[in-house]
Amino acid sequence: MDATSAAHAAQHHAPPTSFIRKHVFSLDHKVIGKQYYALALVAVLTGMVLSWLMRIHLGWNNAAIPGLQFLSANGAPAGKMTPEYYLELMTMHATIMVFFVLTTAPFAAFGNYFLPIQVGAEDMPFPHFNMMSFWTTFVAFCVLISVFFVGDGPPLSGWTAYAPLSAIGKVAGPGQGTGQVLWATAIGIFCIGQLLGALNFISTVLDMRTKGMTLARLPVTAWAWFITSCMGLTAFAVLMPACVLLILDHVAGTSFFVASGLVINDQLLPHSGGSTLLWQHLFWFFGHPEVYIAIVPGMGIITHVLITNMRRPMLSMKAILYSLWALAFLSYMVYGHHMFVSGMNPFSSLAFSFPTLMITIPSTILVLIWIGSLYGSKLRINSASLFALGFVSMFVSGGVSGFFLAQPSIDIMLHATYFVVGHFHMVMGVAAMFGIFSGTYFWFPKMTGRMMNETLGKVHFWLSFVGTYCIFMPFHYLGWAANVRRFASFTDDFLKPLIPLHQFITVAALFTGAVQLIFIYNLIHSRFKGAPAPDNPWEGTSLEWSMPSPPPWNNFGGKDPVVYHDPYQYGVKTSTGADYVMQNSPEQVATGGD
Amino acid sequence: MPESHRTEKKENLEVMATTVQEPPKTEARRMPARSEAGISGNGGWRNLVPSEGHLLAVGEYSPPPSSSAIWVGIAAITMSFAAFTSALIVRQGSSTDWRHITLPSILYLSTTLLLVSSVTLEIARRRVATFMGGLKSQVASPGRWLYVTLSLGLLFVAGQYMAWLQLRSKGLYLATNPNSSFFYVFTAVHALHVMGGLGGLVRVISKLNRSVLRRSTLDATSYYWHFMGVLWLYLFLLLRMKL
Repeated sequence: MDATSAAHAAQHHAPPTSFIRKHVFSLDHKVIGKQYYALALVAVLTGMVLSWLMRIHLGWNNAAIPGLQFLSANGAPAGKMTPEYYLELMTMHATIMVFFVLTTAPFAAFGNYFLPIQVGAEDMPFPHFNMMSFWTTFVAFCVLISVFFVGDGPPLSGWTAYAPLSAIGKVAGPGQGTGQVLWATAIGIFCIGQLLGALNFISTVLDMRTKGMTLARLPVTAWAWFITSCMGLTAFAVLMPACVLLILDHVAGTSFFVASGLVINDQLLPHSGGSTLLWQHLFWFFGHPEVYIAIVPGMGIITHVLITNMRRPMLSMKAILYSLWALAFLSYMVYGHHMFVSGMNPFSSLAFSFPTLMITIPSTILVLIWIGSLYGSKLRINSASLFALGFVSMFVSGGVSGFFLAQPSIDIMLHATYFVVGHFHMVMGVAAMFGIFSGTYFWFPKMTGRMMNETLGKVHFWLSFVGTYCIFMPFHYLGWAANVRRFASFTDDFLKPLIPLHQFITVAALFTGAVQLIFIYNLIHSRFKGAPAPDNPWEGTSLEWSMPSPPPWNNFGGKDPVVYHDPYQYGVKTSTGADYVMQNSPEQVATGGD
Repeated sequence: MPESHRTEKKENLEVMATTVQEPPKTEARRMPARSEAGISGNGGWRNLVPSEGHLLAVGEYSPPPSSSAIWVGIAAITMSFAAFTSALIVRQGSSTDWRHITLPSILYLSTTLLLVSSVTLEIARRRVATFMGGLKSQVASPGRWLYVTLSLGLLFVAGQYMAWLQLRSKGLYLATNPNSSFFYVFTAVHALHVMGGLGGLVRVISKLNRSVLRRSTLDATSYYWHFMGVLWLYLFLLLRMKL
């Protein structure tokens, strides 16, 4: 062995031997990716059950939910939910879903597993940081879940934790003492995990690309994860200080977010001079990029999946990449549209409204390229491509309502109604979930070495697709009818006629949730009993398909691959008759001329 | 193959819209053979490893595994302190209860210590680099300045603690007024980051003593430490300026 190869080998990490190193505190990015996926799976099931509880309460306000009293004797005496407990469940549902599902699954889970592989690296540059990133996130999840079991339960201030409600302690209501502090602690810890992750992702793309893997040859997924990392790095770095200040307002008596002269329950609070708007500025400076942190990886995944199944490239990859960058850049300039009615200067609303309307341009470009590229293509219909189409559908349907909300004059009417709830659930929640499903069906064979059941996958798609539309489309109608959000019941007011619609939505939510059992069954059953997967079942071109399924611990068997082609060379003529050429194939090919 | 066929084939390839692109010309920099570099350790590429007890496995052949990571980290810390700064500006501008505090005098001393520590670290970095390059093998104890830097860093943290004590003696606590709140928060969060830097210095010294120090590790630690100095200078001026 010469000096180069000896030293190069020394730079690679050794194969793990112990059970702990292999499966628990693993340094392997692939194991860490699967750990993130498992965490997201637990989180999404938890969040979904919480939404069921809320929906049952909204549809049948006086119904007792058997067993709920065991979760909280005060919050649900005899199984009947109190309005405060409804808000607590809402807070936990949103926090779990946004942070531990929509951030972890499409970004941290798939990104960890496939980013190093797609750039041709053996691992990320800082495997220990990577491991810490997951376990920090896991601790954050445990701290968050612990609020169900300590003090007087979870906070009721929502995932946005608006001050002063979130900053004045238990006098503000159940869960606002210990629960809120634990919430802020969990989110602060989560930020550390994501910052460590973003550091690794960015360094991987910048420094770990293999020979020939120029930036122009990165698959769109790698670009999406890279862009998301840049957003995560800057957004979570702002949320963490905000959480520190919020915790200090609770435990140290400071007044960062609590104004003077606040009287709660006939009690004058000792705080003075704080700015409630300050929290909103800090939070939404993180919060709006967070929306794109959730959706951009999904955009990358479905573009990757659609290209593979269309057997031809997108109309313009450059336009897609520029649009993704534009979304990331503009996401920092639009955050004030969450605060149109917060009392800030109305001219500020105008300033935030303009970039908000501008951000629809790259979004529209993306949609037009997806649809334009699909036009006339012979799309291979499988579970992954169906969910990719579902993503586009959800993104368009949910995105259209964004045009309304971007304008302050209309938003004043629609603010805090179900219209907003419908908008973000479709454009960010369900669309991102469909991206996760698409990625799962697409990459499961690579990750496990086994194929998922396609029939069950298609059934899962169609029932989920119809189900989610049944849940979230009516939300828009409710919003137009001035159905305010965050209210636990509508029994005695002008919203009473809308209750049957709420009941319909509840039934749809229970049905759609139950449908996910098909996915869980498919996931578990296929993991152990699925048909063996070939190395390249979808005839893809990127580097993950050039290795065995599942990949060995050192990815490329200790050899660095060499990349010769742009990522999506489909519709070409090769010597073997295939219509594609892998990125690491040295074969010279001519385009098919389609 | 006849020459004419070769030419024809070449032309055809040019006419066709070929998708293949030549692999990049940038060859990996060649590691000198062991005999050339006098290496007897287990290599040297990317690692600074001993060569019979000497640090002669030269850094210039060591493309760092991740040269950008330190800048990424610095960007994240910058964003955090930008958030803290904007919080200070908004909090100060939107209220009437802001009372400017007089900064503890010891801060001038600790600021000087931190700035001097940057100079000593830079001396250390250059000496170690020179030593690594083997250009001045007579340079003795290249790690001495690292110990000086470490000591100055520890003194800085101690100075910050004494500044807290000085403030407490004046009756200024974390929640006394918003200015003191920000003072404690800024100094505490910065000191935590400095302690991270101290950990990095200890790691560098330990690796140097074991002759397994990477040039990139030393550089990254230096950049981080210099950034801590610049950051503190910024925070110090921000707190002192009484905007």
